[in-house]
Amino acid sequence: MSLRRVLGLGRALGRRSYCSKSPLPPDFVEALRAVVGTPNVSTAMAVREQHGHDESMHVCAPPDAVVWPHAVGQVQELAALCYRYRVPMVPFGTGTGLEGGVNAVQGGVCFDLSRMDAIMELSLEDFSVSVEPGVTRKALNSYLRGTGLWFPVDPGADASLCGMAATGASGTNAVRYGTMRPNVLNLRVVLPDGRLLHTAGAGRQPRWAGGFGLGAGCTSTRSLAQHRKRAAGYDLTSLFVGSEGTLGFLTMATLRLHPLPEASAATATAFPTVQAAVDCTVQVLQAAVPVARIEFLDEVMAGACGRFSNMELPVAPTLLLELHGSRHSLAEQQQQTEDIVRLNGGSSLVWAEELKEREHLWAMRHRAWYAALALRPGCQGYSTDVCVPISRLPDVVVETKRDLQDSGLTGPMVGHVGDGNFHCILVFDTQDENEAQRVHAFTKRLGRRALAAGGTCTGEHGVGLGKRALLLEELGQEGLDTLRSIKAALDPHNLMNPGKVL
Amino acid sequence: MAPLKVRGVKRVIDFAVKVRVAPGGRGVQEQGVKHSMNPFCEIALEEAVRLREKGDAAEVIAVSVGTRQSQETLRTALAVGADRAVLVEVPEGGGAAPGPREVAAALRKVVERERPHVVLLGKQAIDDDCNQTGQILAALLGWPQATCISHLSLDPSAHSALLHREVDGGWERLRLRLPALLTADLRLNQPRYATLPNIMKAKKKPLELLPLAELLGTPPPPPRLRVLSLEEPPGRQGGQRVENVAALLERLAAAGRI
Repeated sequence: MSLRRVLGLGRALGRRSYCSKSPLPPDFVEALRAVVGTPNVSTAMAVREQHGHDESMHVCAPPDAVVWPHAVGQVQELAALCYRYRVPMVPFGTGTGLEGGVNAVQGGVCFDLSRMDAIMELSLEDFSVSVEPGVTRKALNSYLRGTGLWFPVDPGADASLCGMAATGASGTNAVRYGTMRPNVLNLRVVLPDGRLLHTAGAGRQPRWAGGFGLGAGCTSTRSLAQHRKRAAGYDLTSLFVGSEGTLGFLTMATLRLHPLPEASAATATAFPTVQAAVDCTVQVLQAAVPVARIEFLDEVMAGACGRFSNMELPVAPTLLLELHGSRHSLAEQQQQTEDIVRLNGGSSLVWAEELKEREHLWAMRHRAWYAALALRPGCQGYSTDVCVPISRLPDVVVETKRDLQDSGLTGPMVGHVGDGNFHCILVFDTQDENEAQRVHAFTKRLGRRALAAGGTCTGEHGVGLGKRALLLEELGQEGLDTLRSIKAALDPHNLMNPGKVL
Repeated sequence: MAPLKVRGVKRVIDFAVKVRVAPGGRGVQEQGVKHSMNPFCEIALEEAVRLREKGDAAEVIAVSVGTRQSQETLRTALAVGADRAVLVEVPEGGGAAPGPREVAAALRKVVERERPHVVLLGKQAIDDDCNQTGQILAALLGWPQATCISHLSLDPSAHSALLHREVDGGWERLRLRLPALLTADLRLNQPRYATLPNIMKAKKKPLELLPLAELLGTPPPPPRLRVLSLEEPPGRQGGQRVENVAALLERLAAAGRI
């Protein structure tokens, strides 16, 4: 499995490594310069290394050149050029991925799309906006302040929105507002040969059926499966969401916006056991409380986060919850939640309603990755990302916890339990072969456990470099063959981000 | 009796926009560029609304001195929680925009009309960075002033305000007699976002348009400052690599830097 290869390379060459392939022909690099101008092409080693890794621990694989197109026309020309010369192409947004999606394992040209940063076609009545890859989610929400709308998908990092579409990202708000998939209405894609494709047609934002809560009294938004009302052909938009740069460049995404909640309240509550915390989650969801965020931290994670962010958090399995609604519905939700928490032995709730306090609480949660790494300075981190049906969540979490303890690994758990998705952040010394073996075995067992429970090996991070073997187990041979046929149809020479997903 | 508040807001180019010098070299490109409320004004507005929610203030009035487009900024102010808005309208294209002196003179007239107990402004606007309007206005009114405040609490029964100011050496704690003028600094609070129901309610709240000349009673005096030219800083040049410290010193000496 790729994790083993990653660890092997990591040991021999340190975190940075070169892939020795033939360098790009000089006339090709000249041709790149002719399209975007000399300052927007770089073959400097430092620049290439910077573009050869993301936030994961996959070994850095620098591309042979980095280009910065400023307009979609340039992306098309560059892609056509690379296609002609059969040079691999790797899209790059903010480099905040967790699965090695931008590592240029076969070299080639990295397309850094961050200079294309227009926000266009904002429609306040239709609740939609179109953004280019350089726009990050925080930049969009800052642009939208004053309109009463926001884009709720929140994976923690300030990632490029098109990058989030490419990896099918999710985050803490998914339980109520959905992941990227239902929130992307249209994509402007540059195909590997340079052709331009609008997945839902040029300039269209498919309208959707069903009401969304205007912050006031929405009760059934749990099933936020509002379908885009569109029956015209295969759903190309969904195909490209989560394609991880292997089918084309996402140069513009039309996103669905949501009304800002009128009132919000957040809280943290500690439980005597992991089982109690997870049971509480399941019950809150079954009671149809339209919880906006519900996050689980095991006692190791709670301790680490508390220490890292200087907050007083009891070292016990903890749930962090946030509720959105109108003032009346919020009070109702708070009451329901308190009852369920009490039933499961949770500590009494203190609600944070001020923006500053709520942000403080969630920032603490978002720093979980760094808090985990701080438990063992000098070690690397690897995050698992399984997702299982809610009904199986309590068993899977408890069993995973036991497995962690039996294997003697440091693996604080944190998760979007509202979606059945949780992460073990395994912190280990890559140089310690024994430990690395145990980590490897553990992640394999966890992946299989999730698949056996009817879940998926990757809920939101994507397949990238590390989970390709598990993908076969999850989809089966027919599934994988179908994926390969689609890939071959759109990218016959396997130039788009080769080595990922398939 | 709970005090009245007057809040000054200014419409400026949004902080996230990359500003470019306009052709002609006398100003920056404003056409088609996103504008929003000055961030320090947002903070001051938030503080005023919180005081009203706490019961320390009876009414929050948002005031702006600018062209008719400033109405959008005032509507946002109403959506965030102001009760009423007043736009002192300056004709468009009438030469340079009003500077701190002119704005303070106009605000003074509004204050004399409304008789508030507290005037809250942002400490400075992010387009001109003057940090003068509040101070000039306080002088014109003869009121006590505290600028760059980072914490505020009112004591209506004692007709005073207790506040912290951020100064170079730390914090200064002051007690001011009301009526007083205050300008808000960054850490005073975190402003809320306007929600859709409030934006819709704001459309019905009163927004008064008052031409500047009418307010002053006389034609406004010509501005006392004239921008001679505006240039972008020179672009970044490529760097050079040297092999070692000796070579670096040699290069610096050759360039006459040492």
